[in-house]
Amino acid sequence: MDMKTSSGKKLGLKEKYRHMTRGLDWETTYQKREDVFPYVAYEGIKIHDWDKWEDPFRLTMDSYWKYQAEKERKLYAIIDAYAQNNGHLNVTDARYLNAIKLFLTGISPLEYMAHRGFTHAGRAFPGSGPRVACLMQALDELRHAQTQIHSLSNYNKYYNGFHDPAHMLQRVWYLSVPRSFFDDAVTAGPFEFMVAIGFSFEYVLTNLLFVPFVSGAAYNGDMGTMTFGFSAQSDEARHMTLGLEIIKFILEQDPDNVPIVQRWIDKWTWRGYRVLTLVGMMMDYMLPKRIMSWKEAWEVYFEQNGGALFKDLSRYGIRPPKWLDQISFDKDHISHQAWATFYQYGAIADFHTWSPTEDELDWLSSKYPDSFDKYYRPRLDYWREQAEQGNRFYNKTLPQLCQTCQIPMVFTEPGDPTKICYREVDYQGEKFHFCSDGCKEIFENEPEKFKQSWLPANQIYQGNCFPDGTDPTVEGFDPVSKVLEYYNIQAGRDNLDFDGSEDQKNFAKWRGMATSNE
Amino acid sequence: MQMDLRTVSIQPLRQTYDPVARRFGDKPASRYQEGTYDIQSTANFHYRPTWDPDHEIFDTARTRIVMSDWYAFKDPRQFYYGAYTLARAKQQDAAEANLGFVENHGLVANLDAGLRDRAIALLLPLRHVAWGANLNGASVCAYGYGTAFTQPFIFQAMDHLAIAQYLTRIGLLLGAEETLDKAKESWLADDAWQGLRRYVEDTFVLKDPFELFIAQDVALDGLLYPLVFDTIVNGVFAAEGGTPIALTTQFMTDWFKETRRWADATVKTAATESPENRALIEKWVGHWRDRAAAALQPVAQIAVGDKADALIAEQVEQFNARLAKAGVKV
Ligand SMILES: [Fe+2]
Ligand SMILES: [Fe+2]
Repeated sequence: MDMKTSSGKKLGLKEKYRHMTRGLDWETTYQKREDVFPYVAYEGIKIHDWDKWEDPFRLTMDSYWKYQAEKERKLYAIIDAYAQNNGHLNVTDARYLNAIKLFLTGISPLEYMAHRGFTHAGRAFPGSGPRVACLMQALDELRHAQTQIHSLSNYNKYYNGFHDPAHMLQRVWYLSVPRSFFDDAVTAGPFEFMVAIGFSFEYVLTNLLFVPFVSGAAYNGDMGTMTFGFSAQSDEARHMTLGLEIIKFILEQDPDNVPIVQRWIDKWTWRGYRVLTLVGMMMDYMLPKRIMSWKEAWEVYFEQNGGALFKDLSRYGIRPPKWLDQISFDKDHISHQAWATFYQYGAIADFHTWSPTEDELDWLSSKYPDSFDKYYRPRLDYWREQAEQGNRFYNKTLPQLCQTCQIPMVFTEPGDPTKICYREVDYQGEKFHFCSDGCKEIFENEPEKFKQSWLPANQIYQGNCFPDGTDPTVEGFDPVSKVLEYYNIQAGRDNLDFDGSEDQKNFAKWRGMATSNE
Repeated sequence: MQMDLRTVSIQPLRQTYDPVARRFGDKPASRYQEGTYDIQSTANFHYRPTWDPDHEIFDTARTRIVMSDWYAFKDPRQFYYGAYTLARAKQQDAAEANLGFVENHGLVANLDAGLRDRAIALLLPLRHVAWGANLNGASVCAYGYGTAFTQPFIFQAMDHLAIAQYLTRIGLLLGAEETLDKAKESWLADDAWQGLRRYVEDTFVLKDPFELFIAQDVALDGLLYPLVFDTIVNGVFAAEGGTPIALTTQFMTDWFKETRRWADATVKTAATESPENRALIEKWVGHWRDRAAAALQPVAQIAVGDKADALIAEQVEQFNARLAKAGVKV
């Protein structure tokens, strides 16, 4: 967009943008500022001059529409072609589909939450710079939710487990992990939301989410997922800039903001890291063709890149997040502990699990020389033998969940992978349980919030996870089948082992048709 | 890995996602349907918002409008992100061409100076009205319930930002940077604008998302756009040789024609749900229409002098007829 005034004077980029955003704003006088922006003060963050905000991307709406429409055109053309050509039959192996089920149920509905969360944050901030940046991101996040739903729509037509992602997110036991993460962010104040999602998630941890899924898709012949992934990444560049800008802006405004922000960085790095356990498991166990191990990804994308970032932030008095020692020790363990959990609870999950092949076990041994053979391989070998003899193991006892991250208590003590880590806190006469020091401290900082957690295992025991009108007192009542019904998991189709599943049979049959001449 | 696949026809297990199938049957669904229905959480929220502990994150109790199903709302344009963005990209191409045409042919220089001053005085303070509407769109999107209802409001919010930016460009085309500053001073201090500014600021503190929709998108936009862009710019100004100005505001004219259909459908769906909803909507529409009409009177006067009263009366009559079609009598 070239812009001149009537006298022919050309305006510089900065002046132009100033008129397009800052110049629009005014101080209200008929209504008090604190009534117009009621949510901006209660977190204790002090902002003296909203005009110090550096607009990270000076994008006007007309350019936004133009760029984005170009991307949409390309993306939907590929989605259509992929569907038309039965592109799903190109994936390496039907087990791969379970990785994208995890994405569609665990991530896509959160994109939607991000859409609403950024809308709320944009509405809450009195400064025009952050408002415009947040609202643009809010619009992008709606894009992400919808392009993912549309891209994966074709998989839903042919495979199980894709059929009801938003419903499952609100109910299925393990999905309360990503869901509570986002509920936590959205129910926080607007500044904490921005530090949680804009900075910690979009800036610090985003590569650990997107690279595994997008490269995983590319490696495994899934053009559909790869395409929406890359298309979303082009928005991510803007989002990351916003995440970094918000943190610098808050820190520069007042030294009193530093300890508040530090606590948020500690909290959200830990919260985010716990959610990423699911991604670690996906990378190490669910991609038939692996990209790199979880441990390698953590080292590259967090330890190296994050290290540089926190060095940069130290000039504001910010130190690296707490509990990094434990995270560093845990990187040899958590993906294995998570897969073992999903393997055992495969009867109540919406995707399939399986015994890794001998090759895959060898790969894990080589990637995790200090832990896999010693602690995890023997159990997987045993389960595989049992499964081969027709005794596929399913755990029927519900696990205890961490009050904060909501992951079953399966993680081990820092420094001792043979001992499950338990922490507890007494609050208002009640006992609360935690998986780690991190989760415990997060609770202690905000007990009024975290005592509210909707813990799926507890809710099942309290009878809150049956379909309406269920009578648990009837003769022969089968709670598991009723819980599955409440989850909308189709028993025998969505759940259980991959071996013998409908997905496995259909994929083999269809691929056979497509590659032979019969 | 790319294999050579023979084209085979295989039987799908299902045609669409469950929430869409539950509503419309298991048949091929549109992208609007799959991207809209039931994608907002409604159950088992983990924590109450620290910024609004009396409500859940998404809560039907934020508005007094009661719906048995918030997905009864349907956008007649079927806008999801992709459809919306493609539609707006096309319109911005046209707007760009219009602005470029006016600029490249020096059409502004040929305008009568008096007309140009009136156009500046009328159009430029509206930048701030649009900026206010951006904030209100964000409110309804953030605090409303159900994607079918909330989704159009992020589009409204961004459209209003675009309109504020187009008005800025028009201001720079008709005047200079100082013109924008002067218009802002008028907005802040001139008597003619204070009624409208008070209206806009009063909408900023409305807590009920549906009432805010009525105050902003139905009443204010519903009177302001046809009055300013259709009647005054396309009618009065064009007749006085101001066609170039009308070229620059074509986006607004087209935009209102389009978004009005959605606003009408939204009003109609809520009003036909129950007599209580209807009564509430009629009360809100009546209240905000009267305030908007009064606030716009001195604004119209800037452009058309003593014909303002007649023009406003005409607008109100058309507005009432429009709302009657949507099932609301005011
Ligand atoms: Fe996103
Ligand atoms: Fe935890």
